[in-house]
Amino acid sequence: MKFFFFHLMPYAALDLAGAAKYKSVSVLLPNSFYDPVQGHALYTRYLDEMEYADQLGFDGVCVNEHHQTPYGLMPTPGVTAGALTQRTRRAKIAVLGRALPLLNNPLTVAEEFAMLDNITGGRLIAGLVRGIGAEYHAWGANPATSHERFHEAHDLILRAWTETGPFAFEGKHYQFNYVNPWPRPYQQPHPPIWIPSQGSRETIEWASDPKRRYVYLQTFSPVAAVAKYMAMYKEEAAKRGYEAAPTQLGWAVPVYVAETDEQAYREAKPHIENFFNRFLRMTPEMLLPPGYLSYESMKGVMKSKASITGGSKTIDDLLKSGMFLCGSAATVRQQIENYQKQIGFGYLLTMLQFATLPHELTKRNSELFAREVIPGLRHLAEIPAPTGAK
Amino acid sequence: MTVASRHSFEQVAACRVSVLRGGAGDPLLFLHGARGAGRWLPFMDHLAEKFEVIVPEHPGFGLSDTPAWLDNIGDVAYFYLDFIEALKLKNIHLVGSSLGGWIASEIAIRDQHPFRTLTLVAPAGIHVNGAPTADIFLWSREELTRNLFYSQDLAEAALNYPMSEEEQNIQLRNSITMAKLAWQPRLHDPDLKKWLHRVHLATLILWGDSDRLIPPAYGPAFQSLIPGSRLEVIPQCGHLPHIERTAEFVSAVGKFIGTARS
Repeated sequence: MKFFFFHLMPYAALDLAGAAKYKSVSVLLPNSFYDPVQGHALYTRYLDEMEYADQLGFDGVCVNEHHQTPYGLMPTPGVTAGALTQRTRRAKIAVLGRALPLLNNPLTVAEEFAMLDNITGGRLIAGLVRGIGAEYHAWGANPATSHERFHEAHDLILRAWTETGPFAFEGKHYQFNYVNPWPRPYQQPHPPIWIPSQGSRETIEWASDPKRRYVYLQTFSPVAAVAKYMAMYKEEAAKRGYEAAPTQLGWAVPVYVAETDEQAYREAKPHIENFFNRFLRMTPEMLLPPGYLSYESMKGVMKSKASITGGSKTIDDLLKSGMFLCGSAATVRQQIENYQKQIGFGYLLTMLQFATLPHELTKRNSELFAREVIPGLRHLAEIPAPTGAK
Repeated sequence: MTVASRHSFEQVAACRVSVLRGGAGDPLLFLHGARGAGRWLPFMDHLAEKFEVIVPEHPGFGLSDTPAWLDNIGDVAYFYLDFIEALKLKNIHLVGSSLGGWIASEIAIRDQHPFRTLTLVAPAGIHVNGAPTADIFLWSREELTRNLFYSQDLAEAALNYPMSEEEQNIQLRNSITMAKLAWQPRLHDPDLKKWLHRVHLATLILWGDSDRLIPPAYGPAFQSLIPGSRLEVIPQCGHLPHIERTAEFVSAVGKFIGTARS
């Protein structure tokens, strides 16, 4: 198995009581709640934490794109990734990802990712996402054309990386006379492509297609959903005549390790509850604007009334559903081993800092995970290094 | 008096479109708002005493198809010009509410010869700087329903109406099409106001004085853009005068069309 260190870079200094007075912390919370002096200190701290992950032997570090929210302070993840190219020596840098439909010109992603890939000599992993629903409110992007724009932008980026330019691109949403980006990617034919998702059949059918075989990442979901969607990926692959490898499946999950189960529970409780109940808090209308999910998927959601924002969750709820892994190194190691054997993922993306979790606890969490959890799990899903799409 | 209405499907521009019809007389084409046309309503009944009332469901709404060509408001406007040709309608009184008023305006700047009059009921379609329209996509169903009406008794009744699963699915489809047409630019077409001066039809603009979706300030703005148009503000009324103030609405439309005829 491979282990990645996933960071959201939250605004941990958030005035929680003040923020609670607003309908949502995304989009509507005034940015006067952001203090640049605190922000500067947090960026420095978080870059240190990611640099340390590289030193501790994590296989990669992950950054991501979020807009107008204290949940994550990386509206332009390429800036963070650029800093990490100089802070890390060995770890892959996964940008998970750029939110393609939010962009007017997706060629900026082809260029930015190619730069990162060249600077690092091929350490980039290219994550492509649609962005979360709230970002369509924040960014004025039309959720009803999100799927079309994602697919068209993806096709444009892939062609920009793999076809000799200049060539013309004649799309519905994007048209260019000259597609001819410099630099070209360092990794050939292109960097590995990862697709983070909350789970949808359309995404899985598309990502698992034999000509893509993209790595599918299930993010922040109950373990039952992780199992369901990864099984779906394998079924889709089987239908198309191949067996999906563990290297095609990854799970992103918050994790907390301490000396004992009891200590881990006690230390993590306020911070993990802050993460799910305060930092992720948004209304259903923000989470799922019309058209963001297809009509068929949305009907399913309306029936199940399931949503990541639904109600307040305690640490016990989160542990029970497997949305959070927490305990001594032995406990966490055993949990991951069990889940890996049941579900068959090859990548675990651990979020070892969440919401208000302070630096010292993050540091110890990272150390315990790297030194006492990872070594016992390396042998699972023994796999060659990721090789990209083809 | 209750006029018998009939429902049919018409095939126009590779789109199967659902149409309600009732009454006899000059055709009155009613274009519905964001929530769809749905049922034959009392205001249609009253208008059907004098007109042949024709209420299509827009492409992507209600029981109508979502055609592959449907991308923007201009597509809907051109679709209706095809629809009018296919049904051989002439001397039409065109009435549109909210989204439907926007579509009616877009039709009128493209081709006004099939029409006798134009009635715009709290139409979307333009933006007045400094007077934002409500963010209907951010409101919950309850907030939206409460803000639609001046009378909270009506809002209460609408909230308590037990929607069937089929009706919920229709609302879901309507909201997706609405986002496609109106998310960005929000509820307007920046080009529309440049060409509204071309509308030479007798035009009535109706607005509820307590419209919380599209502020009443948009009434004078529309009026100043359409030469010779008349603005009437209905007191104690929200965004849907035809529902909330049916009698005043029917009387205003009847009088306006009667005057325009003579």
